[in-house]
Amino acid sequence: MEILYILIPLGLLVFAVAIWGFIWAVKTGQFDDMEGPAHRILMDDDDIRIPTQRKENSEKQAVEK
Amino acid sequence: MNGENEENCFHCSLPVPKNTHYHVEINGVEHAMCCPGCEAVAKAIVDGGLTSFYQYRTDTATTARAAVPEVLQELTLYDKPELQRTFVSIDDKNIKQASLILEGIVCAACVWLNEQHISALPGVIEFRVNYSSHRARVRWDDTQIQLSDILKAITSIGYLAHPFDAGRQEEVYKKERSNALKRLAIAGLGAIQVMMLAVALYAGDYSGMDAGLEHFMRWVSLLIATPVVFYSARSFFSSAWRDLKARQLGMDVPVSIAIGLAYAASCWATVSRSGEVYFDSVTMFTFFLLAGRFLEMGARQKAGQAAEELVKLLPAMATRITDDGDETIVVSELLRGDKVRIKPGDSIPADGIILEGRSSIDESLLTGESHPLAKTVDEKVIGGTVNIESPLVVEVQQVGEDTVLASIQRLLDRAQVEKPSIAKTADKVAAVFVGFLLLLVSLVSLWWWQHDPDQAFWIALSLLVVTCPCALSLATPAAMTAATGSLTRLGVLTTRGHALETLAKVTHVVLDKTGTLTKGQLALESMQVFAELDEQQSLDIAAALELGSEHPVAKVFLQNASQPNRLVASKIEAISGQGVTAQVDGVQYRLGCATYVADVDLSLHEQSRHSSEIFLADDKRLLAAFSLSDVLREQAAESVQALKAMGKQVWLVSGDNEAAVSHIAKQVGIDHVHHSMKPDGKLAVIHELQAKGEIVAMVGDGVNDAPVLAAAQVSIAMGGGTQLAQASADMVLLSEHLPHLVDGIKMAQRSVKIVKQNLSWALGYNLLALPLASMGYVAPWMAAIGMSASSLVVVVNALRLNKPLDV
Repeated sequence: MEILYILIPLGLLVFAVAIWGFIWAVKTGQFDDMEGPAHRILMDDDDIRIPTQRKENSEKQAVEK
Repeated sequence: MNGENEENCFHCSLPVPKNTHYHVEINGVEHAMCCPGCEAVAKAIVDGGLTSFYQYRTDTATTARAAVPEVLQELTLYDKPELQRTFVSIDDKNIKQASLILEGIVCAACVWLNEQHISALPGVIEFRVNYSSHRARVRWDDTQIQLSDILKAITSIGYLAHPFDAGRQEEVYKKERSNALKRLAIAGLGAIQVMMLAVALYAGDYSGMDAGLEHFMRWVSLLIATPVVFYSARSFFSSAWRDLKARQLGMDVPVSIAIGLAYAASCWATVSRSGEVYFDSVTMFTFFLLAGRFLEMGARQKAGQAAEELVKLLPAMATRITDDGDETIVVSELLRGDKVRIKPGDSIPADGIILEGRSSIDESLLTGESHPLAKTVDEKVIGGTVNIESPLVVEVQQVGEDTVLASIQRLLDRAQVEKPSIAKTADKVAAVFVGFLLLLVSLVSLWWWQHDPDQAFWIALSLLVVTCPCALSLATPAAMTAATGSLTRLGVLTTRGHALETLAKVTHVVLDKTGTLTKGQLALESMQVFAELDEQQSLDIAAALELGSEHPVAKVFLQNASQPNRLVASKIEAISGQGVTAQVDGVQYRLGCATYVADVDLSLHEQSRHSSEIFLADDKRLLAAFSLSDVLREQAAESVQALKAMGKQVWLVSGDNEAAVSHIAKQVGIDHVHHSMKPDGKLAVIHELQAKGEIVAMVGDGVNDAPVLAAAQVSIAMGGGTQLAQASADMVLLSEHLPHLVDGIKMAQRSVKIVKQNLSWALGYNLLALPLASMGYVAPWMAAIGMSASSLVVVVNALRLNKPLDV
């Protein structure tokens, strides 16, 4: 069972990472809006008016034609 | 799309009036619109390339109001630096940041639409909408775009945005929330880890374990439990300390003692390699308590945010008349003696007296009076009320703290402080119990100290752990959390901890009339015709006369007239507070109250005193009489009956006149009626009941109800009511469905029953364990299992409240 002397500290490390990750999430406002992002992910943002995408889109259209 | 849908406006789903031709082509298909407002908005959405909005949306948009040029003009005022000072923060030289309250957000697609549309504007750096709170944060470059342009762009797609000062409360809330989340997460993750090790340790106790490994695991548990105790549970310690300083014994005192002692003893056991460790109990207990408090805080904050929006009641801008013409200024700059011009539809910026003009004023917000009052020169108007019909010039008499609105707010503050709280008695009982427990523990340990000093510490600890008020202090919050959750699913939001407990014991339910029992909107109740015209014809004529009027009475006729109304009135002349006269098809008609048509014979008509009477007459005869009244909410009568069946006294207290109030009371079957009540009168009624020892639940919706709501032992505000009322209430009936009030009381009674079961279980267990532990029969590990098991029983019992009500 000596392996536990390594595994448990490893578990502690995971625990510490989980806490750090959670605190990071709280600090960066990941929990501010609990409903919006679930919907937002379903909406396509590939809008032709976004400058970086406008070019790609027009190219894509040109290829399609 | 399909033919059936085309009957309704594609944008807002209202029926499209016949003979109107508003169309917008969306994704190659022509869609009908109900009004120019919706047409303009849909066009703006199509022009912006945002037609996906119509695919994504899960709810129909609110009907767009056609943007009035003056309103758009007013938005430019938000560019004034002196006004921006209150809500704009400057990030960099030209980069500014502001928070907006968005009105009209109904589904996630609205958020998408706003973000897409606004972010695409040149000069806007960031625009994020929070779907939960309907707030938006915008950052923009002042050299490229003005705030008013952003607000205009939001208006153009059919939403309304108000800047607000997010600085104060919002920040506090956010900090409170993120701190609570961090505490909860650390306690939760820690509890999981410690539990895992605890299972191994228990198994080791049973089947034997390498001593070194056991010692190692205890040390790891200690390591994990330390942040849980010193960080997560810190709030319990600090509030217990506060209680002690105030010479009180609250529930946090035993909680802190239990956590603190169990932790200290476990540490001692770990270091000295003796006894038992209780790290699992410590962490789990902390986690459960924190979870309950976190949920409670969420509900409280939601209600608090509503209070912020109260600021909107007063218009931000006022039109001051000066020698050099009109100028628009910020309301806070108004001084006593200023003359202000108030357009129809605007709210009145401050208390004052009318200098010119006559109009009707909607004071329902302040007085509960359901019909607008006619006011003319030399009469007083109150800040926050709405001018309905025609322009007024008002001399400002009171500003800021001296206004009626401010005094209501003060009344509210006072009532909230005076609020009697049943929760206090629960605390007192707890304090007695805790005092008794501490005394007993010290006596027992003293006795053992003298007779068998080796055992004294472990017996004292077992006693403390076994009688740990965990189950006792979890008994109430666990049940309340579960009940609050089920009620929220019903549309009843509980914002204060004691609300359910009090609601279960309520003896009197006091209801407000307008907006609570009724919907607060006028509707045609009955009508009589006296001449050759039939009912529909009379209604059509009335509607033609009232076309274009903002008065609530006009809306009733416009709704009831045939669609489309073929009749057109010419030479419309309105006399404020009296009536209107005009020609339709060459005949002169008059529509108004009894005094307005007094010259014709009204005796044909049966008097009814409870509703507003409107008469239609030509120059000599009475043609028709309409009675208009406020409509009852669905199932209002059934709810009142159900309340009575539960043995509650139901009272009606309203600011409206006697006839209207008693008419409604009769319809729903309420016997105790108080009418024509001002806020202080309502307050007196409640105080009188309370003086007799009754427990009062107040249900209301208006600003005038707010102080009363705060004074009642438990108060419920309607979801559609004013923000002030919601902020001062213990519960909010979001569904606005009165039967849910009855369900709420039933649920409260059920949860109190469960609390009682929990408490008697916890007490019974303690009474049994106490003598055994005092005599030294309980080993610390048995105490720990007993404590965990008793807490678990309490939690599982509380979870029964999650079951739906009618099963």
